[in-house]
Amino acid sequence: MHELSICHALISQIENVATEYQACGIEKVYLQIGALSGVESQLLRQAYTVASLGTLADGAELVIEELPIRVRCKRCGAETEAAANRLVCGKCGDWHAQLISGDELLLASLELIH
Amino acid sequence: MCDTCGCNITPGNAHLVTAEGKHAYTRSGRESVEVLQNLLSENDHQAAHNRSHFDTHGVLAINLMSSPGAGKTALLEATVDALHDQYSIAVIEGDLETENDAERIRAKGIEAVQITTGSACHLDAHMVHNTLHHMSLDGLDILFIENVGNLVCPASFDLGQHLNVTLLSVPEGDDKPAKYPVIFRAADLVMITKTDLLPYLQGFDPQRAEGYLRHLASDAPLCSVSSTTADGLDTWLAWLDIEIEKQRQRVTAGETQRPTIQPEDARLHVSHSHQHVKHSHG
Ligand SMILES: Nc1nc2c(ncn2[C@@H]2O[C@H](COP(=O)(O)OP(=O)(O)O)[C@@H](O)[C@H]2O)c(=O)[nH]1
Ligand SMILES: [Mg+2]
Ligand SMILES: [Zn+2]
Ligand SMILES: [Zn+2]
Ligand SMILES: [Zn+2]
Repeated sequence: MHELSICHALISQIENVATEYQACGIEKVYLQIGALSGVESQLLRQAYTVASLGTLADGAELVIEELPIRVRCKRCGAETEAAANRLVCGKCGDWHAQLISGDELLLASLELIH
Repeated sequence: MCDTCGCNITPGNAHLVTAEGKHAYTRSGRESVEVLQNLLSENDHQAAHNRSHFDTHGVLAINLMSSPGAGKTALLEATVDALHDQYSIAVIEGDLETENDAERIRAKGIEAVQITTGSACHLDAHMVHNTLHHMSLDGLDILFIENVGNLVCPASFDLGQHLNVTLLSVPEGDDKPAKYPVIFRAADLVMITKTDLLPYLQGFDPQRAEGYLRHLASDAPLCSVSSTTADGLDTWLAWLDIEIEKQRQRVTAGETQRPTIQPEDARLHVSHSHQHVKHSHG
């Protein structure tokens, strides 16, 4: 369950930002997670509940935006959506494709309480 | 004071401010702050630091990943047997909390340091860094890092390695790349291991395994090896030769490299300075 260690990292990032902005609490935490990030949203939520206990992030709502996987074909140039284990061009089917989104693992923004 | 919202933007937090301005107030009056930071940025900083240690010492660092029992330690044993006259090799053992794997490597007369990951399901850059303080990189050509046997978690953590090698053993079935796309996509080289078992496990088709790998848009080379019979070992050793030479050239040119496929971080990582405590490694 690497989601727990990722949550610890998340909490310390949240606390850093909150301290920087002299917030006394956090209302919402917005994450962006791609299907190829290697992180399961469900597991991350569970881990977050545990990891945030007693921290500034305790009680904050976790809002996870799951980003779709998109590839750009190196052959025909098309940009299409793809499945995690079929990163091939949706137009011509070629596998020489470049991932343009879907591996994100980001703390996007925070709503702070003052 | 910042004109738009009245908060303090200092040189320390200015990097957080995006072009559009990062502050806004929600309808309920909450301050909304845009961060856009990779959740693994702390680990990635440490990994970059590790990588610079490797480069300073001219060492090629290779991260081996696979499911438990796919043959990582056996491959390392066979590799050490074949190369110990030619190269100076060391191993960081992250697999399992026992010293068994490290002892298997030490039995070959080379340095192996065990990371006791306890219940951890992956190595991270900090664990590797701590280990670096317990070993000497001087004169080393290759450092192998045997990650925890797990096809999920290790893929997310950069350790500072130059290359990822993902093993797929014949008994596991040829569709593992389709089931674990993240870790197979991260590979600079995929090795089908235990090929001596192919006659007994006819369900495994190496070509199909390659097909699944290509469907991940990966053009990583694929090689097949049996550590038991040493069949196919030459291809792996030849690949290592080339990579060691490339690393020497990079070091001479003052360059480095990260594994081919990098998570989002490489693209989005806000560049900002941070200080590393100066220290030396034994
Ligand atoms: N038949 C066969 N067995 C192997 C081969 N490589 C490893 N094994 C066996 O597979 C088991 C697990 O190997 P090990 O190297 O410990 O895997 P690790 O957990 O990935 O380090 C051991 O019993 C090995 O003897 C191989 O090439 N052929
Ligand atoms: Mg092992
Ligand atoms: Zn895990
Ligand atoms: Zn195409
Ligand atoms: Zn260091």
